Amino acid sequence: KSCVALQLKKPKESQMSPEEELQSNVSVASSSPTSNGISRNASGGLKEHNYLGLSDCSSVGSSTLSGLVEDDKATISLKATELTLGLPGSRSPARDTDLNLLSPAKLDEKPFFPLLPSKDEICSSSQKNIASGNKRGFSDTMDQFSEAKSSVYTEKNWMFPEAAATQSVIKKEVTQNIPKGQSSTTNNSSSPPAAKAQIVGWPPVRSYRKNTLATTCKNSDEVDGRPGSGALFVKVSMDGAPYLRKVDLRSYTNYGELSSALEKMFTTFTLGQCGSNGAAGKDMLSETKLKDLLNGKDYVLTYEDKDGDWMLVGDVPWEMFIDVCKKLKIMKGCDAIGLAAAPRAMEKSKMRA
Amino acid sequence: MGWAFYNVPCSDTNTSLHPFSLAKGLVTSGRNTCTPYHSSTVKIPFVAILRTNLHQEMNYFPDEVIEHIFDSIASHRDRNSISLVSKSWHKIERCCRRRVFIGNCYAISPERLIGRFPCLKSLTLKGKPHFADFNLVPHEWGGFVHPWIDALARARVGLEELRLKRMVVSDESLELLSRSFANFKSLVLVSCEGFTTDGLASIAANCRHLRELDLQENEIDDHRGQWLNCFPDSCTTLTSLNFACLKGETNLSALERLVARSPSLKSLKVNRAVPLDALTRLMSCAPQLVDLGVGSYENEPDTESFAKLLAAIKKCTSLRSLSGFSEVAPLCLTAFYPICQNLTYLNLSYAAEIHGNHLVKFIQFCKRLQRLWILDSIGDKGLEVVASACKELQELRVFPSDLHDEEDNNAAVTEVGLVAISAGCRKLHSILYFCKQMTNAALITVAKNCPNFIRFRLCILEPNKPDHVTSQSLDEGFGAVVQACKGLRRLSVSGLLTDKVFLYIGMYAEQLEMLSIAFAGDTDKGMLYVLNGCKKLRKLEIRDSPFGNAALLADVDKYETMRSLWMSSCDVTLGGCKRLARDAPWLNVEIINENEDNGMERNEEDEREKVDRLYLYRTVVGTRNDAPSCVTIL
Repeated sequence: KSCVALQLKKPKESQMSPEEELQSNVSVASSSPTSNGISRNASGGLKEHNYLGLSDCSSVGSSTLSGLVEDDKATISLKATELTLGLPGSRSPARDTDLNLLSPAKLDEKPFFPLLPSKDEICSSSQKNIASGNKRGFSDTMDQFSEAKSSVYTEKNWMFPEAAATQSVIKKEVTQNIPKGQSSTTNNSSSPPAAKAQIVGWPPVRSYRKNTLATTCKNSDEVDGRPGSGALFVKVSMDGAPYLRKVDLRSYTNYGELSSALEKMFTTFTLGQCGSNGAAGKDMLSETKLKDLLNGKDYVLTYEDKDGDWMLVGDVPWEMFIDVCKKLKIMKGCDAIGLAAAPRAMEKSKMRA
Repeated sequence: MGWAFYNVPCSDTNTSLHPFSLAKGLVTSGRNTCTPYHSSTVKIPFVAILRTNLHQEMNYFPDEVIEHIFDSIASHRDRNSISLVSKSWHKIERCCRRRVFIGNCYAISPERLIGRFPCLKSLTLKGKPHFADFNLVPHEWGGFVHPWIDALARARVGLEELRLKRMVVSDESLELLSRSFANFKSLVLVSCEGFTTDGLASIAANCRHLRELDLQENEIDDHRGQWLNCFPDSCTTLTSLNFACLKGETNLSALERLVARSPSLKSLKVNRAVPLDALTRLMSCAPQLVDLGVGSYENEPDTESFAKLLAAIKKCTSLRSLSGFSEVAPLCLTAFYPICQNLTYLNLSYAAEIHGNHLVKFIQFCKRLQRLWILDSIGDKGLEVVASACKELQELRVFPSDLHDEEDNNAAVTEVGLVAISAGCRKLHSILYFCKQMTNAALITVAKNCPNFIRFRLCILEPNKPDHVTSQSLDEGFGAVVQACKGLRRLSVSGLLTDKVFLYIGMYAEQLEMLSIAFAGDTDKGMLYVLNGCKKLRKLEIRDSPFGNAALLADVDKYETMRSLWMSSCDVTLGGCKRLARDAPWLNVEIINENEDNGMERNEEDEREKVDRLYLYRTVVGTRNDAPSCVTIL
């Protein structure tokens, strides 16, 4: 029943049902429709590792976390600095050493997630170079976060490919979960709550209703002093994607959240082609898609500001960003050459190859 | 041939040639026992008419008499059946047809409509496919009403009522509408977009006999103008005014004056810009209201304001229907206690602020409730209260409240609530239920308790979620529903489902007209079971399911019996769609791409390329010429 493409790429991938995962302590989140459709085979897969001082990363819910840990090893190349979504400085230095621990063998597995480049080992030096990329502004923003937090977010980013691109949720609670290292909140008996920026058109609720309720909720937040004025939906397009998504910028509080949400959204989309419980009916992804995934193109996140200029996301403080951002676009790295940092990122990844 | 439901009113004449004697004659030809001289519906098969040659006898009557008989037939389907009996009946029927319903505005052209039904008074049009509600259809896809209004105006049709759903309406269209039909009375717009309050101002200003202006869930650009002021002082005929979806401010004094001079006003639904004290004044000058949509009042009212509101509400003894409450302090709901036992329709699905006890306490007094629309914050416990209190409940809709939040919503509803409702509300025939989990056992119980469902829409929030107790698919649960509910006309399925559920649907859902599928099925067989089995299927919409060309192409003629088919993120390829378009020239086969960059070129590349969104529909007027670049019509 699995998507054949998946199998090709990820023989070791843990493709379990949520229940199995919970039991096996594997960190792959499982809530996405695509991943379920892809229907995992029970496989040993990934083992837990405790990079962040977490004792236990067992459930699907905090699977995002444990997933990070797990997948991190296997997906070291996720090393973000190819940082597809252009959030430099999101790699905490602490991660570097961990990355080095990963065995090359695991890196053979190709990521599904098209946003991720091909698996290359990232050495800490190159990582630092990238981290010290041009987005000083952003690293200022990122500095606000604890290392643990930022690691969580970034790792989460890279978890997806290994995790068969699930819709695992990045919950705010996860950051609190880290210290406890418990798979607490997301009990698998109930589905993990939906990610904020999910599949288009799901759940099937009229946009009028969504927008109205969103405004209502935001308004009631005014008490907190937040300048709530309703949802702020912007379109997100991605090169090669047949249709756009929308995200509510006000539902995030920092770049990390946005980045994670976008990854989930577009990973799901890419694997969405595999459909649901595809059995025999499920064909391989079309050739072009397969190629994309294999080549692991670089992607960066850009936005169109009020003046109509396309900028690389992450340069300005978050609050300013949501004020000026009109549209988002996930561009191929090579297309984003005119924008800062992108070429560098590519260079670095080539070096590592 | 269908059945005709004749609404035969009391008659005070007894001549044997009187149309109602005729009806009596038909009745006593052995088909039923109702006496025709009551206001009751009698059921007469047209086959009987033909067999007894009564229709030929009827033809001795002057046309006006036959028209008179036909006039008592309201249902569109029955009218359609009448027109098929014979040429003469076709001719008579089309000339006296007043109301026309067009489920897909691209299935026919305005010119042909007018040609056939020149005496049209009421037109209902639907534009975009259903999934447009969920952002799956680009904004510029189509569904423009302008050509229709234009054609009707030029042909000088005496249009009195226009009802639109999911169409694009412009201010120019509204202006043209307001100026072209002297007797225009009723405008109902549901889920439409493209217009502003300026368009509403033209309607207000120019439609002298306007009775109904009903705006439901539209995206309207609110220019915060004075459209309410545009109703002339001479306008006193309003019976229904609904502007709840307007986002801007409202001229309260204009509104109050309008309501004060509309003694026939039965339905008033205001937007959130109408505060408590204004509402009080409005209700005071319209105690005859039957249907009220409340604005918003965030702050708890002071004692005096509350007392005034309470007094005004007490006078509204005709109030049967309540909605709105989008931002309302819970205390305000209690002001409605005096009338809650009269309510038959309660819509609190936008009342995000009201939950827990306030909500449940209020509902439990609504003993006569027939329709309830609520948020899932009511919880299973709340639904249990509904089940024990609202024994007359026929329709329930439970919407998800936590759409943007990631919090695990403990207050949301589960299968427990659904089972409780089915056990307590035996008259339930229509349900829309968003929940986070479900079991086969629950669905089987629900089916047993309520075999009268005509609409059953279940949406488990997480796609592909299995029975949370047994981890199995939900095939058996839905199977039980279609087997027990012999009158089921509309079904939406969700959760983990294999081809088997479609086997059941094909086998048992004989009356099914609309089916919505998402993230379900394994192979083409699933879709084939449905296409082969559901003889009355009119609309099929599928997303993210592994159905491909084999299913799409197996029975092309089937699509002639259906209004439309939607498939998105499935396995049909461009080649398959092209083949279908070739084999069925009476279909419009549309491929939709939203990404403007890729648009056309991507589609032309490779026939093995999977199609992201396919929308096909039968039509008698061929390819439409208003499709945007992101739509390719094969």
